[in-house]
Amino acid sequence: MRREPARGFAQHMPVIFPGLMLTVFFIVPFGTMVVVSFFRRQQGGFYVPDFVLANYARFLTPFFGNVLAFSLYLAVAVAVVSLVVAVPFTYLIARSRRRTQVIWLVALLSILSLSEVIIGFAWSTLLSRTAGITNLLVRFGLMEAPKALVPGFGAVLTGMVYQAMPYAVLVLYPSMVRLDPTLTEAARTLGASPLKAFFTVVLPALRTTLIATLIMAFIFALGSYLLPQILGRPSHWTLSVLITDQALYQSNMPFAAAMAVFLVLVSLALVTLTMFVGKKLEA
Amino acid sequence: MTKLTDLSVSRRALLAAGATGAAVLAMPNVLRAQDRSLKVGAYGGYFKDSFDKNVFPEFTKATGIAVESVAEPTGEAWLVQLQQAANAGEAPADVSMISQTSMLKGQATELWAPLDAAKIKNIDALIPAFVNKYPDGRIAGIGAVAWYVTLVSNTDVYKEAPTSWAYLWDASNADKLGLMALVSNSFLLEVTAKTFFGGTNALDTEEGILKVFDKLAELKGNVRLWYRDEAQFEQALKSGEIPMGQYYHDVTGLAIADGFPVRSTFPKEGGILDSGCWALSKASKKVEEAHLFIDFMSQPSIQALVTRKVGTAPTVKRSLTDLTDAEFAAASSEIDPIIPRYDMQVEKADWLNEKWTELIVG
Repeated sequence: MRREPARGFAQHMPVIFPGLMLTVFFIVPFGTMVVVSFFRRQQGGFYVPDFVLANYARFLTPFFGNVLAFSLYLAVAVAVVSLVVAVPFTYLIARSRRRTQVIWLVALLSILSLSEVIIGFAWSTLLSRTAGITNLLVRFGLMEAPKALVPGFGAVLTGMVYQAMPYAVLVLYPSMVRLDPTLTEAARTLGASPLKAFFTVVLPALRTTLIATLIMAFIFALGSYLLPQILGRPSHWTLSVLITDQALYQSNMPFAAAMAVFLVLVSLALVTLTMFVGKKLEA
Repeated sequence: MTKLTDLSVSRRALLAAGATGAAVLAMPNVLRAQDRSLKVGAYGGYFKDSFDKNVFPEFTKATGIAVESVAEPTGEAWLVQLQQAANAGEAPADVSMISQTSMLKGQATELWAPLDAAKIKNIDALIPAFVNKYPDGRIAGIGAVAWYVTLVSNTDVYKEAPTSWAYLWDASNADKLGLMALVSNSFLLEVTAKTFFGGTNALDTEEGILKVFDKLAELKGNVRLWYRDEAQFEQALKSGEIPMGQYYHDVTGLAIADGFPVRSTFPKEGGILDSGCWALSKASKKVEEAHLFIDFMSQPSIQALVTRKVGTAPTVKRSLTDLTDAEFAAASSEIDPIIPRYDMQVEKADWLNEKWTELIVG
């Protein structure tokens, strides 16, 4: 069956609504941000319309370069860890009984109803010295004395993976469920171990979904600004934290906008690269 | 036939009347047009709760003007929100409690509607330093409360109270401190200057400020938490997770009253004295009510009430209030305080912010 290209106004109608929404809620705000990033900052006050590059110039220093590099590194780490945890997890869920599946998915979805603040505070208590999980380890004789695991890189990573996991599972789940079980059976019949079948048959068959999950978790982690503050030290603050600082506390909108535009451009470039590599692998 | 038409017209009129009635009910503003009200912004949490419970009802009782209190975030976030709203002609709060740095920043864009001294008869009761003025002498804000940021510690971890801010630098405090994350609310430059450089005059020049920054950098290894959110530190201080740091004297007093093992100490260099002004947004239309409110809050008797209930220091002359020595001492100290360099904080805001961020993040 060949689809005819849409002709005339009536046939284009269905795409007008999403197009309009995209314009109003994405293109216009982003455009405003780009425009503001060229405005001139009035110290102690607000900003005045202008066309200056100072906001971008201020950003191009080794200091902000390091912060950007750390933000990207953290986002990649969160994406990879989420994927590594979510893939076997979703695979097992997809293979289990319908009832078990529903229970797991509902539990997972309920994480999404928690606010980032609650997640942050809960993890900071769980990882603290006075009330944290190390007290349990001491109780079981596995540790000498309770220890604080927060603030630190591990705590930030844990909190952010916890937050990104449900999304990763939700993206993976439909493909995992739809995956033809005969593929694995064929591999097993031909003598592959379950593990080998998983790595050589299941994963390659899901390549596109895996890349999509990776990209989604990456973008999601890149925008996080609360968890790095609650669970990390200042050296673990991401670019998003500094953007918030400038926008909310310093009322320096032009500088905040310039950093945000830069962050969007860098993430778009990385996403394009990932998709390009994905295509290459497929070819 | 004619009769039928008549009926249909009257039914239409009835429907119209019903719709109007429903619309009026749906917009309580129209119904309460005669009632006077005022939206007042106060720092959210314990501060606002205490004002809601103890202070605002007194104002409503005295004037008949209802107070609708709005929780404002600490720091300069509220200033940004007020500013953006005012640009759009809106006032999320008519009168807000605003810190000194934010007062000056708001002055730069004429955000505060000038107040009329003739309508505030209690203005003479105020300590002159707490009347915030534009450079040309117009009144931008009137002192609401003064508060101290002091050296706080957990009594289970530190048996002896520290005596000096210098103790923060002590090698034994590695990874134990909680300090505020912004240069404009922690005032740690001022603290360092007074503790190690003989006074905040050391911050007059950029070279001087850089020297103070160097000294402050030595402190970094001792800091476990640079907090933006007060609750985060308060919780950790009470549990002993982060046993020392800088915090508000008034809120710490409340925690002590609740039985938590914490203490607030005025070090020998003094506590950091900051204050909040009542300021009126230029977008507000409740100018008359705002003046009544500010005048009411500046009465010595109300200032004494606030000191007793909220734990902040009064902005009126102490001699005019009926506060006992013990009540005054609970909220204040005889030790010469560290006064923040607001001029520096505003004039060099961007430069300080950049150096500060590089110091704590880098």
